[in-house]
Amino acid sequence: MLQCQRKSPKVADSSMRVCALLWFIVLAVNGFAPALAAAAASPPVHEYRLDNGMRVFVREDHRAPVVVSMVWYVVGSVDELNGTTGVSHALEHMMFKGTERIPNGEFSRRIARAGGRDNAFTSRDYTAYFQTLHRDHLPLALEMEADRMANLILSKDEFGKELRVVMEERRWRTDDRPDSLMYEGLMATALLSHPYRQPVIGWMNDLKNMQVEDARNWYRQWYAPNNAILVVVGDVGGEEVHELARKYFGGIAARELPARGKFAESEQRGPRRITIKAPSELPSLLMAYRVPKLEDPEKDWEPFALDVLEGVLDGHDGARLQAALVRGSRLAAAAGAGYQGVGRGPGTFLLSATPSEGKTVEELEQALKAEVRRIAAEGVREDELARVKAQVVAAQVYARDSMFAQARQIGSLEAIGLSHRLIDRQVERLREVTAEQVQQVAQRYFNDDALTVAVLRPQPLSGKRPPSPPSGLRH
Amino acid sequence: MRDRALNALVAALLTVLTLASGSAHALLPIQDWKTSSGARVLFVENHDLPMLDVSVDFPAGSGFDTKEKAGRAAFTQRLLRLGAGGLSENEISRRIADVGAQLGGRFDSDRAGVNLRTLSNPAEREPALEVMAKVLLEPEFPEDVLARERLRAIAGLKEADTKPDTLANRAFSRAVFPDHPYGLRASGEVATVRGLAREDLIGFYRSHYLATRAVVAIMGDATRGEAEQIAERLTAGLPRAASEPDRIPKVDDLARAADIDIAHPASQAHILIGAPGIRRTDPDYFALFVGNYILGGGGFESRLTDEVRSKRGLAYSVYSYFMPLERRGPFRIGLQTRGDQAKAAIEVVMRTLREFLGNGPTEQELEDAKMNLIGGFPLRIDSNRKIHEYLAVIGFYDLPLSYLEDFVPNIRKVDVAAIKAAFARHVHPSKLVTVVVGGGVAAAAQR
Repeated sequence: MLQCQRKSPKVADSSMRVCALLWFIVLAVNGFAPALAAAAASPPVHEYRLDNGMRVFVREDHRAPVVVSMVWYVVGSVDELNGTTGVSHALEHMMFKGTERIPNGEFSRRIARAGGRDNAFTSRDYTAYFQTLHRDHLPLALEMEADRMANLILSKDEFGKELRVVMEERRWRTDDRPDSLMYEGLMATALLSHPYRQPVIGWMNDLKNMQVEDARNWYRQWYAPNNAILVVVGDVGGEEVHELARKYFGGIAARELPARGKFAESEQRGPRRITIKAPSELPSLLMAYRVPKLEDPEKDWEPFALDVLEGVLDGHDGARLQAALVRGSRLAAAAGAGYQGVGRGPGTFLLSATPSEGKTVEELEQALKAEVRRIAAEGVREDELARVKAQVVAAQVYARDSMFAQARQIGSLEAIGLSHRLIDRQVERLREVTAEQVQQVAQRYFNDDALTVAVLRPQPLSGKRPPSPPSGLRH
Repeated sequence: MRDRALNALVAALLTVLTLASGSAHALLPIQDWKTSSGARVLFVENHDLPMLDVSVDFPAGSGFDTKEKAGRAAFTQRLLRLGAGGLSENEISRRIADVGAQLGGRFDSDRAGVNLRTLSNPAEREPALEVMAKVLLEPEFPEDVLARERLRAIAGLKEADTKPDTLANRAFSRAVFPDHPYGLRASGEVATVRGLAREDLIGFYRSHYLATRAVVAIMGDATRGEAEQIAERLTAGLPRAASEPDRIPKVDDLARAADIDIAHPASQAHILIGAPGIRRTDPDYFALFVGNYILGGGGFESRLTDEVRSKRGLAYSVYSYFMPLERRGPFRIGLQTRGDQAKAAIEVVMRTLREFLGNGPTEQELEDAKMNLIGGFPLRIDSNRKIHEYLAVIGFYDLPLSYLEDFVPNIRKVDVAAIKAAFARHVHPSKLVTVVVGGGVAAAAQR
């Protein structure tokens, strides 16, 4: 339910750090910023499974003669090992580098010539490739996706060049951005053993040392139809897509997939703190609490209560954090909250704030905790609860205005082992959440022993030796 | 239930595109009229989804700022939603959230306005519109809120001024638009924001949020009658012009090239290259639009991406664009690269630009570009949001109501000679501004 949009560069306001940060969980080949809206009281989804195990989901949306086609692979940074972090994302870049039939660069060129747009994104949990184009050209997109599922050429030369691009991407996204460094440091501190501690883009040293063989192995292990999901939303029928999927993907043999690592983070035994020093004017604060994630949408209620808690704290400009800390006491120039509870790894609840001039991060940390404590002690009001629910219901309708958002919602749920039916079901479950349940999760999970805090200590632009650039790459 | 209204609309549009020109009436059914107060309204009726998008824009963007009061236009727009018609800022936020609506603002060099997305059911729509009307017609600019927002904005400006991309954008705008409001930072400067008084905002509101210059765009689930009522309600009490309204001054050519180097400890150098470009109404608009797709606009297919990223791995993102405005907006090339590669990257960009200016695109490139832009036309209008954006732009810049119908024929008309001639008229490589920010010691030593 958290909606993020990349900030306009014209806006100097440093609002909503959490929102900006969540973008770093998902990396795109080229910049783009779709809204992660909750989906609709939705038209039905047609569901198929090919003989080779590939799953197919189709939602009809006939408002325009357009389709969005996405192929999702259930592999992301959560599957990576230290030493080769970032290999899922590096392979995502390489997927545009050609096969015997479709040479380097031709994939995007052919989609472009068909009037389409294409790109891809990698997250902790999955890697996905998409095309948006006129409905008549869906076969082209599927044919080429099937081709690169099985026949990708991974040349040493191209891999070396593309790794340089990926390292530029890392510098741009993370190394030169204090916000990103904070988030990266926070996750690596909050989690000791679970691979969610690793950045999706990978550690710079791993990128410098990555070999084409690493990408080849990754491709061989995970890019199989039985580890893939096709999602099509748009001006097509279910059977039509099923037929095309059989035609293009049906001939690719299933393969045995590696055993997935069974990772669990052990219990946190006390608060953790890190400090990040980076060029900046204002200090800032990012806090992570360990909270449950959604496992069984029928039995679990806490994740839905945590969703509502997020809405009560930060669902709109007059919600509690804004009203109390930014507009009220004016301790904060900005404040935010975000719950990440839908994924293959552990759940996290983030609180963030930037102090007003003259105020400190220590004061703000206490103030943020006090807002959660107030809910733990007094609960939430019925009008707050009703407001969050009204926003959820409306957002579900608004999401239907975007085919991309619909396809993304279906794919992201199916890829992590939940059903697309949760799109509708979660609205019902959220509406069932009571004020007492919100109070209970606030009481249960926000104690200091499960807290990790990252603080940004501003450094002057001139007073610090700049990091020396890496000295060339190993190929 | 399959509601095919929007599809029918797009299909009708595509049909007319493939027919010979000379069709007598527009098939994208944009309805337009004036409200009793003189505001312009553009409306597309569509009942596919139970929702409605409504915006009201004014020529009140940062292009109407002065150097002494930079940030005044942005502050005026920002304060609209922070107290109006007897509602406090929190009451405004909560009433909007109560019905699941989204009340946002639009602000750029030319435009300032308010937009609303709401469910179309009257139980949600009416309270949302009531708040929107108060925000537009009865803003209060509370002194206390202004004082706080000033402090927040100043903190934000100081923070932004530590970021290499902000530093690059500022230096670029100043150098490309010296002595012109397009060169001012929209959000102002610390000193000018500190000096903004309530009277400044009230004065700016009264002189720029004028009924006769308002553009109302409505898209979605409403009837013509409902749309008329909505437009009336949102504009009826708007200020009237007391004197001749402001115009943004003309943009001059740059006299000479400028190189600006700013030190910053970032590992990457942020590079911007450009000059004043074109107005929204420039007859070369489509030639430059298609040409720029080939030079640096078309995602993975552009020459700049090919040369800088694909062939050499020098950057993650490299692009070029024209931003046509009321007056001449910028032509701009941008990229980021590791500091010690900055010089090499600029050389590749300039070589690519010169080659493009000298020889123009190839026939093959032009064909590829046209196939994308023409074949991809349905993607431009495949959602309420996108159509709503077009309505707002068509209304604001007074483009023909047939703008969307004409889009494909206008693309089709462009040829290699037209692109070459248009670029020769508007891009002069000897008079470009080049800004480099960051990249650390290695980069600075090189330059």
